[in-house]
Amino acid sequence: MSSRYSALALALHALTGKPWPRAWRSADPKPAYDVIIIGGGGHGLAAAYYLAANHGIERVAVVERSHIGSGNVGRNTTLVRSNYLMDGNTQFFEHSLKLWEGLSHELNFNIMLSQRGQIVLAHGPAQLDVLARKGNIMRLNGIDAELLERADVMRVLPYLDYSPTSRFPIYGGLMQRRAGTVRHDAVAWGYARAADHLGVDIIEGCEVRGFLRDGDRITGIDTNRGKIAAGRTAISVAGHSSHVAAMAGLRLPVESHLLQAFVTEPVKPFVDHVISFGAELFYISQSDKGGMVFGGHIDGFNSYTQRGQFPKVESVAQCAVALIPGISRLRLLRHWAGIQDMTPDGSPFIGRTPLRNLYLNGGWCYQGFKATPAAGSCLAYTIANDTEHPLVRHLALDRFERGNGHDEYGIGNWTYRQ
Amino acid sequence: MLRIPCPHCGERDYTEFRYGGDASKSRPPHGSTDPRAWLDHVFLFDNPKGLHVEFWQHVLGCRQWLVLQRNTATNAVGEARLARRRGPS
Repeated sequence: MSSRYSALALALHALTGKPWPRAWRSADPKPAYDVIIIGGGGHGLAAAYYLAANHGIERVAVVERSHIGSGNVGRNTTLVRSNYLMDGNTQFFEHSLKLWEGLSHELNFNIMLSQRGQIVLAHGPAQLDVLARKGNIMRLNGIDAELLERADVMRVLPYLDYSPTSRFPIYGGLMQRRAGTVRHDAVAWGYARAADHLGVDIIEGCEVRGFLRDGDRITGIDTNRGKIAAGRTAISVAGHSSHVAAMAGLRLPVESHLLQAFVTEPVKPFVDHVISFGAELFYISQSDKGGMVFGGHIDGFNSYTQRGQFPKVESVAQCAVALIPGISRLRLLRHWAGIQDMTPDGSPFIGRTPLRNLYLNGGWCYQGFKATPAAGSCLAYTIANDTEHPLVRHLALDRFERGNGHDEYGIGNWTYRQ
Repeated sequence: MLRIPCPHCGERDYTEFRYGGDASKSRPPHGSTDPRAWLDHVFLFDNPKGLHVEFWQHVLGCRQWLVLQRNTATNAVGEARLARRRGPS
């Protein structure tokens, strides 16, 4: 088992010439655990880590159908930010960003947080007013936000299309300097290693096939590697939320859609920030290797295929070129799709379910990655205390029944009805 | 590219169509005041990994609403029928 990582450990290890040892154990399932987390993605691994680190619960297992980090934690565009408008979201995502800021030290694993700043653009005076309001709300909550006028944007982002013929003229923007990017694979590995050091079993190649129950109480899971008993069980499986919840007889306000991401061939550094287009859902940043990383809207019909449709490549590339004409000759290296658990109001669920001892973390729509530390810590709190963390009380599963949807953007699964 | 066999126009790219969601659900009766029925109709989804019966409108063709069978795990497309021939569901 590897010990603590440090500059000294790196130097000493370099002298040995041996490969680095595994960073976490390959665990076999035990007959019973206090808590089982279904889903070895960023959220599930984070929840397991915080259960052990913050709540002293160490008989924890994370079960993963494939290998950890093979889903959306490695398929996103790596952005982290906390520029949200609605009460509840503002505080939750700021909690997340604060955890991101200390995460490399906490996990003793370099997640390569790069707080390069994110700029959301406004393409008309009304949109700039909305951004000003959002910025004011952020500042009232102690979050950094700066309103930029057109001249400011021209200074910070000189390569955008400011020509008189541009289809979407740039009026200004809102900048959050603390926003940025994270090396997303390192998040899964860092949480896995830290959780493993605290005694958490990470069980890969373990697919859930059903739930063990006693009346309305969930008592464990049935898997391809046998039955495993659990005091408490949490579902944290992103795009497969409906699929797994259906095994417990639950129907969710969730539809699974495809979201594609794209990376171009590498070029020298020139996009120094994260930029969000205001005229369409489109965002772009430049990776450390030099590739432009960007994404757009969901494909528009529910699917579990993890393969995007080609017409989306064209529409997203149109956004890229409308915003930054200079990248029109860049070739795409890769594009891929993740399965997004889209909800009708665009907000997620963290909390209890109608079944006792079963908890749900899902419905993350476009915002799962940036929420990883907060979702993990709030899910861990919710499991440990059998009651929702104060930061996620607005994200209850029964909010539609109560007429209490939490509609930040109005971009839920119903893009096809708009 | 997802291709949809329109009964009027033949097989076409899905970009000619507008998606309309799950066609296996039916709207609660007009004047129904049962909130559970409306919750179920508006907000809950079976969201199956496998066979899905769904609405598509051929907006850039015959403009008819279709009911298509598609496998959401593979995107394999089955039969498409005219929605108005569907009868009461």
